[in-house]
Amino acid sequence: MTANDLVLARNSEVVEKQRSGQPLESSDAEHKRVAQSWLARKAAERTAALGKLLRTTAFKLTLVYLTVFALFAAFLLGYFAWNTRRLINEQIIETVDTEVQGLTDQYRQGGIRRLVFAIEARSRRPGSSLYLLTTAAGEGVAGNVGSLATGILDNPGWFETVYRRVDEQDASDHHALVRVDQLPGGFHLLVGRDLEERERLFDVVLSAGRWSVAIVVVLGLAGGFFVARRVLRRIDAMTETTRTIMQGDLHERLPVGGTGDELDRLAVNLNAMLERIEALMRGLKEVSDNIAHDLKTPLTRLRNRCEEALRAAQSETQYRRALESTIEESDALIRTFNALLMIARAESGQAHGDMTTFDAVEIVRGIGDLYEPLADEKGLSLKVEAQSGAWMRGNRELISQALANLVDNAIKYGASGAAEANGHPAEILLKATDRGDRILLSVADRGPGIAESDRGRVLERFVRLEQSRSEPGSGLGLSLASAIARLHGGELILEDNHPGLVSGLSLPRVAAPLPSASA
Amino acid sequence: MRLLIIEDDRDAADYLAKAFREVGHVADLAADGEEGLAHALDGQYDVLIVDRMLPKLDGLSIIGTLRSKGVETPALILSALGQVDDRVKGLRAGGDDYLSKPYSFSELLARTEVLARRHGGREEMVYRVGDLELDRLSHRVTRADEEVVLQPREFRLLEYLMKHAGQVVTRTMLLENVWDYHFDPQTNVIDVHISRLRSKIDKGFAQPLLHTVRGAGYMIRDSK
Repeated sequence: MTANDLVLARNSEVVEKQRSGQPLESSDAEHKRVAQSWLARKAAERTAALGKLLRTTAFKLTLVYLTVFALFAAFLLGYFAWNTRRLINEQIIETVDTEVQGLTDQYRQGGIRRLVFAIEARSRRPGSSLYLLTTAAGEGVAGNVGSLATGILDNPGWFETVYRRVDEQDASDHHALVRVDQLPGGFHLLVGRDLEERERLFDVVLSAGRWSVAIVVVLGLAGGFFVARRVLRRIDAMTETTRTIMQGDLHERLPVGGTGDELDRLAVNLNAMLERIEALMRGLKEVSDNIAHDLKTPLTRLRNRCEEALRAAQSETQYRRALESTIEESDALIRTFNALLMIARAESGQAHGDMTTFDAVEIVRGIGDLYEPLADEKGLSLKVEAQSGAWMRGNRELISQALANLVDNAIKYGASGAAEANGHPAEILLKATDRGDRILLSVADRGPGIAESDRGRVLERFVRLEQSRSEPGSGLGLSLASAIARLHGGELILEDNHPGLVSGLSLPRVAAPLPSASA
Repeated sequence: MRLLIIEDDRDAADYLAKAFREVGHVADLAADGEEGLAHALDGQYDVLIVDRMLPKLDGLSIIGTLRSKGVETPALILSALGQVDDRVKGLRAGGDDYLSKPYSFSELLARTEVLARRHGGREEMVYRVGDLELDRLSHRVTRADEEVVLQPREFRLLEYLMKHAGQVVTRTMLLENVWDYHFDPQTNVIDVHISRLRSKIDKGFAQPLLHTVRGAGYMIRDSK
């Protein structure tokens, strides 16, 4: 360890201590103050963490669900209680009705004596109903009811009333449901049932309901916390990863739990997005490397030539020649630069410009027309085979440029010498072919072709195969054509022409526009 | 020809002005958008050369303002953004021509001269250069009263050259106006078209009419 390292180590220790809230000085007051602030900070952190937990969607959803669930449970219990009460009432009414029926029968058969006798007998049974028989004046004749609310006996019918039993010592009032009847001879007969049972059952149901709702709420909240924390932990992990990625580490990927849930799907999609971004970044890096190499080399050449002219040129002619070659070289550079920009824009999908629907045949004919004299001059015959109706949507200018690049290549490499060497007529065939939902704009030559192993490579920027190094060109023609094809949702294809090369743009076909336009 | 060059790059502007003066034109300079607009509104110019990106007021806005005030001076837009869609935007804003940087002076000169002349208006039905005649209605071409048979594309090529007779027409101008392509074909395809046309109209005549202007382009002209 060097002295410097030591200093660094000590510094980091100090920083560590400061970070963890440990005091640097050992004075008591200082210690206390630091400890307090540490505790306060911990508490604040905890509150913040709790706040975060409570703010999670998972927790909020749990809360909403819980409220709805509790409401339903309460409603259900209430309905149950109310129904029980109704059922008990019905039962009481039925019992009382039967008793009244029985007693009335006794009275009809055996007069008041028999009735009194029956009432006395029934009153003594355990769990008996309530009975009271009075005279028309209200004097009690028989029964087990000691006192009643006043006025109950005056009218026949059903009443809910308070009462006391005869034999009961406590002074508390009981509730009962009673039926009052007027017997022939002016007697009043009251038969009823105590309601205590009903009230007790109702109370049981009510308290059970209260407890269950309370338990549901507690368990639900706990569950909510649990779920929220689980979700939060995964989200936190994702956030952590995204932070690393934002700091520039594009290789990092979000954790995927493998459960196929929505968080997984999100993570998978984000990962796919990262993949794409990484690929784009790689492309960008490639471009800058390309620029560094393929633009710096000609720039160096340019500079050397100027320097050379300054040093060695003696006559005006020599200066003039140097300047002319400088201009030539810079024009080539500008061309390369434009092509690179174009590729970059096409690859990033920004170069759409004016998209129109057009018949690709026009393009094939147009380019054929433009290049026919040039091919002719090189001893090649350029033929166009195209039937109209190859509708597609895109940027006419860009597609033309891509096709022009292919034709240009075919003329360069399919020159008559090469074609004669392999025994075929020196011709270039420019075609628009229908391939189902695609349209293939192809250029077939009889040149040396491209070996299958090289076909992927030639689409890369600045790649020039050995045999083509002698020809003029930037090595960007196919890259640009490929980028334009991809921009239009198609691809550049390279095939064998036995012998020769077929290069083509395979592009999506669209429906023909309105008949008036296509006519 | 009186020109207004609105360009904020002092070096480029001075170079342009000097070059235009050398070939006998009058060139004024404006260094920012507002100054340029004021000059363009005041002065009588044949052509405006407007940089697309300028301080204070950009090139397209200058042209838009001029057109909305009824000033129809032809304008050529210079821009570092050379892409197809930018070009379309420039022309839509009221520009008459568009040239992307870097450009060669000969290209700029040829286009400026064509713009200045176009404004004068030359829309006759029959173009004549020496004993060469082109009838735009009947699509007939004759040289010394002998019919010259041309392909449709060759006819349009000759038509464009004769419309601008006596002016330099560059290869890009031909590609843009005759073929309607705005990209740069890697090989010089235009030269071959010209040599075909030349063999049809000049072959067998003592006096050639279609001339190659070295380092710039082509010109059709009666050299008598």
